[in-house]
Amino acid sequence: MRRIPSWIWPVLVALFILALSRVVKNEYYMFAGYVVLQYIVLASAWNILGGYSGYVNFGSAAFFGIGAYGAVVLDKLWQPPLVVAIVFGGIVASLVGLVTAYLTLRLRGVFFAIATLALAIVLQTLVMNWDFVGGPLGYYSVRPDSIAGFPSYVNYLFVIMLGLALIAVLVARAIELSFIGRGLAAIRDNELAAECCGVPTLRLKVFATMVSGGLMGMAGAPFPYYITYLDPNSAFSLAYGINSIAMPLIGGMTHWIGPVIGAVLLAVIQQVATVTISSELNLMIVGVLLISFITLAPNGIVGLFERYRQKRQRRLST
Amino acid sequence: MVTFNLLINAVVTGILLGGFYAAVTIGVTIAFGMLDIVNIAHPVFIIMGSFVAYIVNRHFGFDPILTVIVAAPLFFLLGIAIFRFYYAAFESSGKGSLRGLAFFFGIMFVIEVTLLLAFGVDYRLVQTSYIGPNIGFAHIDLPLRMVVPFVGSMALVSGLYIFFGHTFIGRAIMAVAQDEFALSLMAVDTVAVKQLAFGVAIATAGIAGGFLIVIQPVDPSLGREYIGRVFAICVLGGLGSITGTVIAALILGVVETITSTIFGPSWAPAVSFAALLLTLAIRPSGIMGR
Repeated sequence: MRRIPSWIWPVLVALFILALSRVVKNEYYMFAGYVVLQYIVLASAWNILGGYSGYVNFGSAAFFGIGAYGAVVLDKLWQPPLVVAIVFGGIVASLVGLVTAYLTLRLRGVFFAIATLALAIVLQTLVMNWDFVGGPLGYYSVRPDSIAGFPSYVNYLFVIMLGLALIAVLVARAIELSFIGRGLAAIRDNELAAECCGVPTLRLKVFATMVSGGLMGMAGAPFPYYITYLDPNSAFSLAYGINSIAMPLIGGMTHWIGPVIGAVLLAVIQQVATVTISSELNLMIVGVLLISFITLAPNGIVGLFERYRQKRQRRLST
Repeated sequence: MVTFNLLINAVVTGILLGGFYAAVTIGVTIAFGMLDIVNIAHPVFIIMGSFVAYIVNRHFGFDPILTVIVAAPLFFLLGIAIFRFYYAAFESSGKGSLRGLAFFFGIMFVIEVTLLLAFGVDYRLVQTSYIGPNIGFAHIDLPLRMVVPFVGSMALVSGLYIFFGHTFIGRAIMAVAQDEFALSLMAVDTVAVKQLAFGVAIATAGIAGGFLIVIQPVDPSLGREYIGRVFAICVLGGLGSITGTVIAALILGVVETITSTIFGPSWAPAVSFAALLLTLAIRPSGIMGR
């Protein structure tokens, strides 16, 4: 009997959620679910570079904000369909990724980390000074009333983000299992040795940054329509930066399912905390979880699970 | 229209600001440049220093700069505690930089949110005699709130220069920076030396925080603006060189004030990022790099 290919599982889960979104009438679940899905995209995208190759990108907010403001620019010019805005956001974000990566990744990885951290802050400044997209006052985007075939616009956004999450997970998985993923893993373990074995390290790193940044930009493009009022502080919020690092670290960075687990877990906790406690405490929770996981369980939840499985196997074999 | 007079004033203010930037960055120069610990939480410790100065000034009316100098040993101990934790969790096991970076990123958020929950988002300021008046000669106006931190920063940096060049412990730290392995072969406890150096780095952050709140009002998230700046200066100066740090800080201070005079103050943060990228693209080893 042929084995069922494992990429079928994410697709099935996505189809199941799609079916569920047709049944559930409460709009709040769409609203909250959108954020969870958005974080699945960000975390999976971050993990392509950060998890597989070990280069830390602090600037998820930058790439996400590029996508969001790219959509705003298009919206002001000719209001294209959302899919066009998503592709545009993805292309611009991956080009920014290309330049940043090329300039900094030739040197030590630390420089890349610092540059991405600064990138988020600088882009925020630039947008603040750019009157075309509203500057510090922000931008109100007008949602179309409804889209044919969808019960509401929020539902439409939810389905779009579901599709993006599926794409992100499948891309991450495909990279992980291909020669690119093996090359990135070799870079993570020992870059010098990888280079000596003929792994094109710089090209792989730049490629991973472009894919990762592009996916983040795509996740940002629907955002102006989701919150309807976009200002630089919410588009470039450092919360994206810390969340998209914390989620893969907590879930586990070496397997594509890790970021998904981390994203679902953290995003749900934060959604609950925002409603019940306060939004500042959110970041506190993420920060504390991040610190405790990297010190106590460096391989995340997936790592804990694998350790448990190995232990059990050893017990069974003796 | 940018007049000559305005330009001269911008240059002078930039030098004063740059001097202060040197004090802000010197801790990163020690931690990142010498010890190879990428402490991206450094600006948050500066903000902590500012809040210590603010609390003491508000309740007892003490001078903010004297306060942080007295409080510096506490920051030193805090630095040692953090280094111990960092060392035990990451460095000793040899699996490194990624988790270390994420660790400091987490620390940054936890401290920032703690300050936010404790003090709110308001800007805080201090009262002293030297905030307000200007001293002027010829056509140049020097606000004392810039001059005092400048003098203090220069004193701090010169003190550290002497410490690293001429004392036994300071030279031990320089030796660790140069070749840790060789030093460990001489039966030196390199961990203890590094721990001490990291303590010094955090202590300078606390002191710089006192200068910061004299120069401008402080809110808990102000530290973010300084992340790009301190690392740009540190890299431009050539990682781990005190002289280089001072030169780079002065350059960045002058360029920033000229930029904000010509294009408006909201463009100033972009300067440090451009400086960082240009340095990495053209001369990654910095001004005084080896």
